[in-house]
Amino acid sequence: MDNDKTFTNSVHLDPDLCKGCINCIKRCPTQAIRVRNKKACITKEFCIDCGECIRICQNHAKLPTYDSLDVLNNYRYKVALPAPSLYGQFNNLDDTNIVLTALKRMGFDDVYEVGAAAEVVSELSRHYVATHKEQRPFISTACPSITRLIRVRFPNLIEHLLPILPPVEIAAKEAREAAVRKTGLKPEDIGIIFISPCPSKVSAVKSPLGQKESYIDAVCAVKDVYVRLLPLMKEIKEPEDLSMAGRIGIGWGISGGEAGGLLSENYLAADGIENVIKILEDLEDQKFTDLDFIELNACNGGCVGGVLNIENPFLASVKMNHLKKYMPVAKKHIEVTDVITPEEALWTEDVEYVPVYRLGSNMRDSIRMMNEAEKIEEKLPGLDCGACGAPTCHALALDIVKGDAKELDCIHLLREYVHRFSDEMSKA
Amino acid sequence: MSDSIKMTYTVSDTDFTRAGEASSDVKKRLRQMGCDPEVIRKVAIAMYEGEINMVIHANGGEIEVEITPEDITMVLKDKGPGIPDIEKAMQAGYSTAPENVRALGFGAGMGLPNMKKYSDEMNIETTVGVGTTVTMKVHQ
Repeated sequence: MDNDKTFTNSVHLDPDLCKGCINCIKRCPTQAIRVRNKKACITKEFCIDCGECIRICQNHAKLPTYDSLDVLNNYRYKVALPAPSLYGQFNNLDDTNIVLTALKRMGFDDVYEVGAAAEVVSELSRHYVATHKEQRPFISTACPSITRLIRVRFPNLIEHLLPILPPVEIAAKEAREAAVRKTGLKPEDIGIIFISPCPSKVSAVKSPLGQKESYIDAVCAVKDVYVRLLPLMKEIKEPEDLSMAGRIGIGWGISGGEAGGLLSENYLAADGIENVIKILEDLEDQKFTDLDFIELNACNGGCVGGVLNIENPFLASVKMNHLKKYMPVAKKHIEVTDVITPEEALWTEDVEYVPVYRLGSNMRDSIRMMNEAEKIEEKLPGLDCGACGAPTCHALALDIVKGDAKELDCIHLLREYVHRFSDEMSKA
Repeated sequence: MSDSIKMTYTVSDTDFTRAGEASSDVKKRLRQMGCDPEVIRKVAIAMYEGEINMVIHANGGEIEVEITPEDITMVLKDKGPGIPDIEKAMQAGYSTAPENVRALGFGAGMGLPNMKKYSDEMNIETTVGVGTTVTMKVHQ
């Protein structure tokens, strides 16, 4: 297994800013972080790029990884792929063309709305769900954090993953081919740049699931683009007609939008990583089986909650709902999609279960290690204080068994040890 | 006995919100052992159904789980009312769950049938007025 490519993360640490506090280790939903030598370290196999550690870190030591806008200099022809949630960042926006025109004035040669590709995905999904009823309930695969979580933790749910490429990949493929046709340039001279609300997409581009190679060249942050767009937008009197997405496409930026695009009521939409994990646990236990579709987003509120956005996700949702109110239901349909065929939109690679949580190399070893961990845990105080650098006493016990930590990392055991030692010394 | 691990869980009497905690914990451990996903699925569903049954019908009880490289054994013990007619209780859709429980979406009469379906061996010992012990085994 090529671990380096299989597990890519888009969170990095500024060691000078990290104080070694316990906020991120406690917040991480997959217990991927440990504080070692006073710095937070991520076990990349466990990290799903949900962004929780970035949100909680008060020292701003946890940073999202993404491309700077300097990447625009690397290409002769640049196409911006704005995520629907970009529109939620602006006050009183009543026409997406203003944002799209400003993107062109900012330095992009063309734009291709991800929301437009989302409408294609909605249409394909409706068809796929209707013709593959035996695989119900389908789980959406647009949020890369969710797909990655399922891959390592919910092997029995992999068969329910909707095997359709995320909208941004379809947008990227179409945008490049359209640009080649329009300019006559070589495909590698064209830069397909996603304006992303979250760093999880950065990992998804480096090591995509469901496809061999991503069609995207770079991932820039909504927040970086935002500051450049604001002054340009104010100057635009007559925006170009560039809009390609309607209500369904824009709606994808908010939790429930993707499911809503299926035009069926028999769905569930959950957002926020802790809520999502509960849903997946219940689904694994077959607590509900009657649904057609399950939309899951790692961020609160959906993509509007991504850490690369500026606006509060709830306010961004209000703005987007206002914006799409008078839009047509959908603007883009498969028939008018000039490049991608329904087959090309499907996954070409299977997602396989990666048992990263396995303790030993075989069952016997794992059982022995678990029994050892149990004995160690009995000695630990059970306070889950985090001072050892592990999020819980249970996690520390497992770390000790794996050889990654030692018993005296527990400050409570250390204190006892020191007391005992000094008692013995004073008696001697 | 280093080749096995044993856990004991107490299933609370009528607290639905806690039902499923025991099966969740077993699921997590099986994952850490590198257990086959299909085995995890079977154990999780069989045990979850059992837990729910204990809450609905028997005022809770105790579950003992033993994991070995060969199989997973779950023993669910309660001091509930017992099952007067096992054959009937095993029929899909047969339910004696009270209305308030059904209103919550439980009590569809699939508990015991699902437990039987997802375990490789199942044995029920029950005495009316004394209690029930269900033993389920799932092979690795």
